[in-house]
Amino acid sequence: MGDLIWILVSAAVVNNFTLALFLGLCPFLGVSGKVETAVRMGAANIFVMVLTALAVWVLNTFLLVSAPYLRIIAFIIVIASLVQIVEMAIKKLSPALFQALGIYLPLITTNCAILGLAIFSTNRGYGLLEGLFFAVGGGLGLTLALVLMASIRENLELADVPDFAKNMGLVLILAGALSLAFMGFAGMFSAA
Amino acid sequence: MSDARYLVTASPHLRSRDSTPTIMWSVVGSLMPVAAFAVYYFGPSALLVILASVVGAVGTEAAWGKKGAVRDGSAAITGILLGLCLPAGLPLWMAVLGGAFSIGFGKIVFGGLGQNIFNPALLGRAFLQAAFPVALTTWPAVENVPWWSLRGDNFALPLMGSRVDAVTTATPLGLMKFEQVTTPIRDLAFGTTAGSLGETGAVLILLCGGYLALNNYLNWRIPASIFLSVAAFTTVLHLIDGARYPTPQFMLLSGGLMLGAMYMATDMVTSPTTNRGSWIFGVGIGFLVVLIRLWGGLAEGVMYAILIMNALVPFINRATQPRVFGTTRAKAAA
Repeated sequence: MGDLIWILVSAAVVNNFTLALFLGLCPFLGVSGKVETAVRMGAANIFVMVLTALAVWVLNTFLLVSAPYLRIIAFIIVIASLVQIVEMAIKKLSPALFQALGIYLPLITTNCAILGLAIFSTNRGYGLLEGLFFAVGGGLGLTLALVLMASIRENLELADVPDFAKNMGLVLILAGALSLAFMGFAGMFSAA
Repeated sequence: MSDARYLVTASPHLRSRDSTPTIMWSVVGSLMPVAAFAVYYFGPSALLVILASVVGAVGTEAAWGKKGAVRDGSAAITGILLGLCLPAGLPLWMAVLGGAFSIGFGKIVFGGLGQNIFNPALLGRAFLQAAFPVALTTWPAVENVPWWSLRGDNFALPLMGSRVDAVTTATPLGLMKFEQVTTPIRDLAFGTTAGSLGETGAVLILLCGGYLALNNYLNWRIPASIFLSVAAFTTVLHLIDGARYPTPQFMLLSGGLMLGAMYMATDMVTSPTTNRGSWIFGVGIGFLVVLIRLWGGLAEGVMYAILIMNALVPFINRATQPRVFGTTRAKAAA
């Protein structure tokens, strides 16, 4: 159990997908203008990551054993179509959930963080349970980064930012600063 | 019509003698004893490093900052504070670069004083730490060195290797973490240890910061909550396993905790605006400091702890927003 919690914390904070590994930068830069949308994007991310972990486990255990060279193609196609199908099912079964996650789901299916999750958990030989904890941790980490960024950006809406740094320039600088701050977690618990 | 009794003026009607420049220059003044002690202890190298980072910071502010922004003294504070968290033997061009980064990317891009999210000096320090990790953790030896000698290759050319072999040593935190050697508390309190310029002399920093707190130029709740949370957390750990975890007095007095808690966490711009928020902010810093020091990959975590909590300040402010007078609690929550 301790190992599982550690996988979760490590993926969420120490090896944060966005701030330490620089994956999933598109939503991090693009959908971090408001805290509310950032939270929804984060929730959609967790959702897709959990689906990915399930799909990766099924693929790795039953199908790719005989054809490992198809791994990356299989991951991309299966995850993207799976998310589309699940999205349709949610639309039919739970309109409220679809309202909350709907428009963000197709945006992240082909995100590098999702493929990164699939490849990391394959390379580290995670089983089903480990993969799920890794997915939840990774999703929480992305949500953390998104929400932090969004709250800072809301705070800066009235700041007198010079012309050369307006909009994306400042966001990229903030991303760098956040990443510098998260370097403090680097290597945490690895010695213990 | 021109009766003075009917003259209506715009608010604020209550005025204080304090202005931004008064407060900032008082902070500069209160840092002077700390800087002087660093020079006494680390020799001319300390003076050079502090001056170089001030030149970098103030120069950048003068060149690209708002007109007249240099006069409010905030760039000078950033420069001095950055200098105080660098090692004495650092090449001067790195100190200048760090000062320029602090002001340029830590303050000017956000729109100048009062609008930055992260403490500029710490952002500059974190940048230097990421860019030159070896130079930033090379601590000159403090014993058996003549006072006037340089403590490293201060005049190294940019991007060139060091030409001087200085005698180096480890900091108390490094000794504790990697070699399990504990430094006596007396040495930590009165500053006879290795470390960054402002990492030594805990008692002196406490006195200088106390002067600012008495004048209400810093919110005493922030250092108080940092010290309390570090002390509480480490006392519990020390009681659980005294051999493995250091004593709370060691954790409080070693490293950059004093300087960070007194001067960097209390930066008016990057700390929470409410008192309740200040307690949360301080406790968070204390917790992260202990976490990074004891389990992190680095020996010292004060800088990162403050930067991470800086990033959380907009959130803390929102969570601790006071109720508007006259509104009911239910409305405030809605």
